[in-house]
Amino acid sequence: MTVHSTSPQFKQNAARALNDDQLQKALNNVKQGFIDKRQMAADKLPEFEALRDASRDIKNHTLEHLDLYLEAYEEKVKASGGHVHFARDAAEARDIILNICRETDAKTVTKGKSMISEEIGINHHLEANGIQPVETDLGEYIIQLRNELPSHIIAPAVHLNATQVEEDFRRVHTHLDAKRDLSEPVQLLTEARAVLRERFLAADVGITGANFLVAETGTSIIVTNEGNGDLTQILPKTHIVLASLEKLVPTLEDVSQLLRVLARSATGQELSVYTTFSTGPRRSTDADGPENYHVVLIDNGRSSMLGTSFEEMLRCIRCGACMNHCPVYHAVGGHAYGWVYPGPMGAVLTPSLIGVDQAGHLPNASTFCGRCESVCPVRIPLPKLMRHWREREFERHLTPATVRSGLKFWGFFAKRPALYRLATRVAMGALALAGRRRGHFAWLPMSKGWTKYRDFPAPQGETFQARWERERKGQAA
Amino acid sequence: MSARDDIFGNIRRSLGVNGSETIRRQIVADRLERAPKGVIPKRGQVSGEERIALFKTMVETSLATVTEVASPAEVPQSIALFLRNHNLPATLRMGDDPRLKAMPWSDTTLEIAHGPSRGSDLNAVSHAFGGIAESGTLAMVSSADNPSTLNFLPDNHIIVVSAKDIASDYESVWNRVRFAYGKGSMPRTVNWITGPSRSGDIEQTLLLGAHGPRRLHVIVVRE
Repeated sequence: MTVHSTSPQFKQNAARALNDDQLQKALNNVKQGFIDKRQMAADKLPEFEALRDASRDIKNHTLEHLDLYLEAYEEKVKASGGHVHFARDAAEARDIILNICRETDAKTVTKGKSMISEEIGINHHLEANGIQPVETDLGEYIIQLRNELPSHIIAPAVHLNATQVEEDFRRVHTHLDAKRDLSEPVQLLTEARAVLRERFLAADVGITGANFLVAETGTSIIVTNEGNGDLTQILPKTHIVLASLEKLVPTLEDVSQLLRVLARSATGQELSVYTTFSTGPRRSTDADGPENYHVVLIDNGRSSMLGTSFEEMLRCIRCGACMNHCPVYHAVGGHAYGWVYPGPMGAVLTPSLIGVDQAGHLPNASTFCGRCESVCPVRIPLPKLMRHWREREFERHLTPATVRSGLKFWGFFAKRPALYRLATRVAMGALALAGRRRGHFAWLPMSKGWTKYRDFPAPQGETFQARWERERKGQAA
Repeated sequence: MSARDDIFGNIRRSLGVNGSETIRRQIVADRLERAPKGVIPKRGQVSGEERIALFKTMVETSLATVTEVASPAEVPQSIALFLRNHNLPATLRMGDDPRLKAMPWSDTTLEIAHGPSRGSDLNAVSHAFGGIAESGTLAMVSSADNPSTLNFLPDNHIIVVSAKDIASDYESVWNRVRFAYGKGSMPRTVNWITGPSRSGDIEQTLLLGAHGPRRLHVIVVRE
């Protein structure tokens, strides 16, 4: 792990995020845009739910036979003239990439958007070795100028407002007229297009991620809306694909199923603008395209997730729907999660990759409202997996002492139903009596965490169980 | 032990397999050979005029423009008109596609350049391998006939597609690719293009013309 994690400071990160006005303004764009667009796209396709089932099954099938599909994939890449490299961890992956860049005497490297490249921290490694990496996805370019990590897996700069981007462009693009108008987002886009066009044409190596790898044909697939990934991979002499092991699918038919749910879940598009299937280096019949094609297959903890309860997380196709629908993400944004992957998928994946001792707060930062699972295109039971992490954290005695004694206290009553009913009846009755006049409490013992920010509504006197019993009897009669 | 061996060993240990189980190998070989279709949306399962109409509607939904001509001979005039209507210079780059080359370009005043783009072209035309009605997508295959750079570098990209090559769904296009290139083989690059380039990275506002073409214009050739 090279990307420094601030996940252990999640609580402080979250508190800072809640008081950051610029961030809170920017996060409104997540709440407003993504949810409606996804719903509309899903409503327009009657087969959407069936496609989600099919996508889940394809991923499960591939994971169960991952060794064999990897063999088939590797053979096909070689047959098409490409090279396959295996990397056990981030450090190995970085060395492989650096060596390929050195072989071609690379000075600059353009990059398409890739989360695995963030995970292995390739940019710093290239810079430290005298090679300049240039992010070309507009959002990634912006955060590279700011020396930040992406705060969202498909909208990396979603935490920023246009005025902040303008400041960065003025700071960095000093060769341009200082008096130019950048008040409209389209002017920012046009400026980035012109600046990056030069970079594309000058690059020696292009690095992209892969949304999918196809075993049947040895093909890597990228999905973009900007076209930056394509310019990254067809213009330089060498194309390097970075992919984690679980990107594999068996056939072109299988990937077509997954592509039907990916864009709809992510941005609400029928399909992203550019879906590109690359197989090997340029052929003798080609007029353009890279002369060298390398795939770096990165494990970095995935093979150990197979066969465990976290295997289901390896179905993830990185659409971002879970964070788009997450009330916790809406409140604190992506950086608070402290590592590469934010939101519900990050809360499950991060402890797997950097350890629950580092990232234990993340699976706890959930109300288990279940929205993430309800929109996940490959039906990953995210709340269940977060609960597994909480259990592991508890088993390993990583949970704070106050929480442990609280759970013990609650557990004592929960295991004695009669006592539990009696205790809750007494407690609710007392609270109802005490709060009768105002209907709410501004202060309660041991509840400062709640009452500091909002009032606690006074119970009406009856417990949930008592009311359930009463209504059930009423229905029966 | 090499990283490769280590990774395969770890995968197999986690899955509780050794990799030589006949049944598993058979299941995988079967799936790769048969490539079974999954769920195909009904939307695209129409033919004839209805399919072409759906394709055109979906192309427009993707924020591209679309027009129809009766024969290949009408394509040059149609492109000249499109460029004039958008106040664009009468220049055009294309690859060596015989279908495009055979068109009567001398009927127009268009200044034609051939070969891949180096990044300074405003306008380019490519011939699609096929269209997909389900989503209004154009399927492009790389070769000297239609260099991939033409799909991305010019500001205005025009794609010609034959009506007979417009398929219902992605799977039908894969069948044609297999027929043309052989089962298990692919051209270097297959581009599915669904609309002009765009970005939503600044305040989630949709802006066209991020790094690829600002405009995408599709010409359906009937004959």
